[in-house]
Amino acid sequence: MSTIPVGVVGEFIEVNAAVSAAVKLRDAGFRNWDIHTPYPVHGLDKAMGVKRSMISYFSFVGLLGGLSTAVGLQLWTGAIDYKLNIGGKGLFDWQFSIPIDFELSILGTALLTVAGLFHLCRLPTWYNRYQDDESFKKATDDTFVVTIDSDDDRFSAEGTQEMLRKLGAANVHLVHATAE
Amino acid sequence: MTVVQEQERLQAALHNEEPVRESLVLGNPSVRDVTARIASIVESKITLKYLATLAVTGGMAAWGLFALYYTITTGIGVWGLNNPVGWGWDITNFVFWIGIGHAGTLISAILFLFRQKWRTAINRSAEAMTIFAVICALTMVLCHTGRPWLFYWLLPFPNQMQMWINFRSPLAWDVFAVNTYFTVSALFWFVGLIPDLATLRNYVKSDLAKKIYGVLSMGWTGSTRHWHTYEIAYMILAGISTPLVLSVHSVVSFDFTVGIMPGWHTTIFPPYFVAGAIFSGFAMVMTLLIITREVLDLKQFITLKHFENMNKIMLATGMMVGYAYAMEMFIAWYSGSDWERWIFINRAMGDYAWAYWTMVTCNVVSPQVFWFKAARRNIPLMFVISIFINIGMWFERFTIIATTLHHDFLPASWGYYSPTWVEISIFIGTFGIFLSLFLLFAKFVPVIAIAEIKSILPGAQPKHHHDTHHVDAAAH
Repeated sequence: MSTIPVGVVGEFIEVNAAVSAAVKLRDAGFRNWDIHTPYPVHGLDKAMGVKRSMISYFSFVGLLGGLSTAVGLQLWTGAIDYKLNIGGKGLFDWQFSIPIDFELSILGTALLTVAGLFHLCRLPTWYNRYQDDESFKKATDDTFVVTIDSDDDRFSAEGTQEMLRKLGAANVHLVHATAE
Repeated sequence: MTVVQEQERLQAALHNEEPVRESLVLGNPSVRDVTARIASIVESKITLKYLATLAVTGGMAAWGLFALYYTITTGIGVWGLNNPVGWGWDITNFVFWIGIGHAGTLISAILFLFRQKWRTAINRSAEAMTIFAVICALTMVLCHTGRPWLFYWLLPFPNQMQMWINFRSPLAWDVFAVNTYFTVSALFWFVGLIPDLATLRNYVKSDLAKKIYGVLSMGWTGSTRHWHTYEIAYMILAGISTPLVLSVHSVVSFDFTVGIMPGWHTTIFPPYFVAGAIFSGFAMVMTLLIITREVLDLKQFITLKHFENMNKIMLATGMMVGYAYAMEMFIAWYSGSDWERWIFINRAMGDYAWAYWTMVTCNVVSPQVFWFKAARRNIPLMFVISIFINIGMWFERFTIIATTLHHDFLPASWGYYSPTWVEISIFIGTFGIFLSLFLLFAKFVPVIAIAEIKSILPGAQPKHHHDTHHVDAAAH
């Protein structure tokens, strides 16, 4: 069993306490830490100092990709590859292409949004160093669980635990890596 | 206060016409109670009743698949389709199922954008229904092609004939629209499920269940850094699903409108079809949820308030559909076109008048009871009405298709259409597929969006934060 702790864990059951703690932890300069919640808590990301996510860029690229695929597909097949004269109508007109342009833009946006979500959250990650800790598991039930990693500059085994207790966390303890 | 006490107090207050704040979640459960209540359904033993029900729906599905097999191996001649009615129950059923799917997307996406917190009790089931309904629709549309093994001809791919699909045709647009709709709905449903699957992963006892939910939940831990991105992604998906649902049924309606047939060639179809889809979809959601909340004892989450809101939406969309019927009639007369005028008189008084008047009674007349609050809160009544609405909406699609096709421009071509046992069996089969999938969903997947319900409980969100639109679950 590794003697170097993975980090410190503390539980909050009251949401306002969790938010205040987040603000203080952010202001104390911690970087490698998180609060795990069973549902999204409004304003907690701001309280933690989480920067605005890049996911919208993924979505936008998806939109452009879908749109260009749709237009390109219809334009190339109709006006370049097989120029079929149907009743003297134009080989490619943007008007008739609208439904497919629209649908593929949406498909592209959706696909890249989900891909972006997975990439930015590093999903799937089927192993988490904290996963066997009983407190950590409560985060999907009803508890707000703070984790502060040991590789953070400001981490100290005793000092960080003390700080969390002062902030009102319950059941503060060190977590060690799972024995294999 | 227990759930039952709270229900009785509400009932009494409404009866006495006292102002009352109605919670969206009854019985004031704690966050842990919510987890336990919903996750325990997944943990519960499979009962004989469940297996018996699944056997019945599975049997319906198997019968339908047999009829499908018979159709594919023998030919479309085993159906009642012929000249002049080339589309009958097949396309009626396709439009019917796609329409039902739209309620799920509306509840998930559009009600989300309008910040309607009551959606959280019903969105998971509704989204699942969307996916299952689209599966049924795809079954219908693929089997109606006659040579379904050539389905890939619908896609633009380089081939030895050097031909491409006709991008000007709504039938080609449908391919992209329906497939996009299926993919986006499935993605939206799955993304919404990830946090709940993680909850189940940590809740279930058996190792196998833990592993399965563990794999499917992708390692979700509830990290706020992840929730931050997740919330934005969810908003984006909701934002694009909204125009998607509006466009998909519009494209489906284009299957009819771009033709020159009287009764079809009209610009009212896209909004009329979309409103009708939402109408029938909500009715199906209502029918299924009334049963589900009873069987799974979820009355504290799916409350009378939720049903009342759904009934209001059904009344509104039913009125839109009724308006469309009236407008079609008026414009047919106003247009001065003899064919247009005649086809509408024919609908009301011709060979399919029985279908037309069933449609009008079920769709326009029956939802009118929902003007009355007592009716909106009466479960047996709304159950019956929701079934009427689905019957009516099926007949609407059938009326549109059959009346126009059976009496077109040339009287020498006229012919009456009746379905054969094969078509009826395939339709029953699609219900079997739909209900079987729903039963499997109800057993193995959280029927209510656990994380979302938790987030609207009173006291769940911090006070004094900047979101001025925030209204907690204690208010309407």
